[in-house]
Amino acid sequence: MTDPAFVSALRGKRILIAKPGLDGHDVGAKVIALALRDAGAEVIYTGLRKSPDHIARVAVEEGVDAVGLSVLSGSHRELAGDTIDCLRRAGAAGVKVFLGGTIPAEDFEFLRGLGVRGIYTSAMPLDEVVASVAQALAAQAP
Amino acid sequence: MTAPPTRRAPGAGAGEGARQPAQQASSSGIPIPVVATAGMLRGVPLEAPGTYPFTRGIFPDGYTGRLWTFRQYSGFGTAEESNQRYRFLLEQGQTGLSVALDLPTQCGYDPVDPMARSEVGKVGVSLSTLAEAEVLFEGIDLSRISTSFTINGTAAIVYAMYLAVADKHGVPREKLTGTIQNDILKEYVARGTWIFPVKPSMRLIADSILYSNEVTPRFNPISIAGAHVRDAGATPAEEIGYTLANGLAYVDELARRGGDADKFGRRLSFFFYVHMDFFDEVCKFRAARRIWARLMRERYGVEDERAQHFRFGVVCGGSSLVSAQPYNNIMRVTIETMAAVLGGAQSIFTCAYDEPFQIPTEFSAELALRTQQVIAYETGIAKTVDPLGGSYFIEQHTDRMEEAILKVMQEIDDYGGVVKAIEDGWLQMRIAERARERKLKIDRAETVVVGQNAFRRADQSEEFGEVFRLDPQASRRVIERYESTRARRSHSQVERALARLQQAAAKDGENLMPYIVDCCHAYATVGEMVQRLKAQWGEFQEPVRL
Repeated sequence: MTDPAFVSALRGKRILIAKPGLDGHDVGAKVIALALRDAGAEVIYTGLRKSPDHIARVAVEEGVDAVGLSVLSGSHRELAGDTIDCLRRAGAAGVKVFLGGTIPAEDFEFLRGLGVRGIYTSAMPLDEVVASVAQALAAQAP
Repeated sequence: MTAPPTRRAPGAGAGEGARQPAQQASSSGIPIPVVATAGMLRGVPLEAPGTYPFTRGIFPDGYTGRLWTFRQYSGFGTAEESNQRYRFLLEQGQTGLSVALDLPTQCGYDPVDPMARSEVGKVGVSLSTLAEAEVLFEGIDLSRISTSFTINGTAAIVYAMYLAVADKHGVPREKLTGTIQNDILKEYVARGTWIFPVKPSMRLIADSILYSNEVTPRFNPISIAGAHVRDAGATPAEEIGYTLANGLAYVDELARRGGDADKFGRRLSFFFYVHMDFFDEVCKFRAARRIWARLMRERYGVEDERAQHFRFGVVCGGSSLVSAQPYNNIMRVTIETMAAVLGGAQSIFTCAYDEPFQIPTEFSAELALRTQQVIAYETGIAKTVDPLGGSYFIEQHTDRMEEAILKVMQEIDDYGGVVKAIEDGWLQMRIAERARERKLKIDRAETVVVGQNAFRRADQSEEFGEVFRLDPQASRRVIERYESTRARRSHSQVERALARLQQAAAKDGENLMPYIVDCCHAYATVGEMVQRLKAQWGEFQEPVRL
């Protein structure tokens, strides 16, 4: 199912899937985590209700290449911004941040402006999400 | 949904020569015959509606005695804004309130807590103290309207707050009707607003149910919910199976606490999703009614028929609704509502077409309510009880659904029970795997979603209609009232009430409800009460499994 090209792009990459804030809908996060793992990435999942500060700390400790945030509560603008700030302060500005959840199209530009590399909603096919992450991470390789 | 007629990309010629695939199955995996015949029935005569085991409904007269309750889930921002929306919906003919609470209230944080930052008033209204409840229900006669709260981790506290506000209104407690969801087990599995570990959470639930049976005998102190595991990924058969298994865990706990199943059984209620696989939806309710009635009678010796009744509310929409061509969602909700009625639901919440991407506007919320009214008053659907009963297909599918549900329940038993399955994270993983299967079927267009993976227009842009705007100042106003309430209250009274609550929490077997009601009357905050209970009980440790 998974395109071999993504597998080679994602092999050896470490990705943290995180649930910031209080939103408890974690199925999307888990489905993406499983898809990325099948595509060759090493995936770590934080579990629910983590602060941006905690997420940045785990990202640094685990030496991840990317953080995928999942937010369905409408607080994505604040939580994505805070996580990116915390990563920067932790000296991990190079970690790429992706966002999935209930994200209105009108917020995309604002979020990209914050530094979010990819924005995914539930309608997007899993293969496309994986391809998009793989592409963004491949571009990072020296 | 079953496989589409052909594996070709639908939209390109779908409809021409649509042929049946050799094997077709429902979304619960139950085989669907092309033609159902009398030979497929088990030969057991069908009982009359209102007769044990209640396949055809719990009332002999169906909806002719009493229509289902129109109960639209609503709440956002400040108590004033939500109060205004409630009054609007009641004026439009809504017959029950359903209060959506924000995540800080649901997870036990005050609006000023660092964890609550950015979440105040977002997915529901903030209810941090009795002062908010006073505003929320201003001008609404609590003796005449039933109120449902989707609240779990802090259900006992919100219920206590409702009692306190009724006291303030001078409404006798025994007149109160409504529901608190109060189903923590499924929160650990799918919805995530847990706070305490399983054991003290089960105690708190038993406390509130036993207390409510005495103090508010017409109130439903629990709504055992399958809706959230379903929306997350479970099939209809799994939705019912997991939920009935949770139901049995609560009954066991109540019995252990000395509750009388003939009494508390009358006030247990359930809550489910209705999605688009029409006959799975209708038949899962018919099957669930008889499974539950038999369990209550055979396993717990319940004699009172009302305590054998499987009463349930539904929500139509959820993840069956999509952002692509969003007006199609109106048709989806209409069809789902008909399935709910034909399945015999006691209350229905119809999602607004714009829920996949925003809090409904007043316009879309009204349209969702009108959907129910059109079905109730224009179609004649409510005139005869269980009108599908006796159909070869319906009866056969109900039988097979019953088998599928019992199989799911057996799997949980074999694993070691629902609590173990949850504490190990086994059930959570099952749901995630199901979610992924569902997603892949949609990605591959094996499950057709019109407008999303089929029949898209080339020029299709995302059309959202009217946009809902949350007042950006709402959170500031919530925090202002929170601060002013704290400044006005008697600190010694609050401290005394909180200390007594914590002492009672340390003793197993003492019912905590009177202490929580006292805290609410003293204007203690939700966060303060939760802090005291956490100090005593600790927090749930989420099993993180991938």
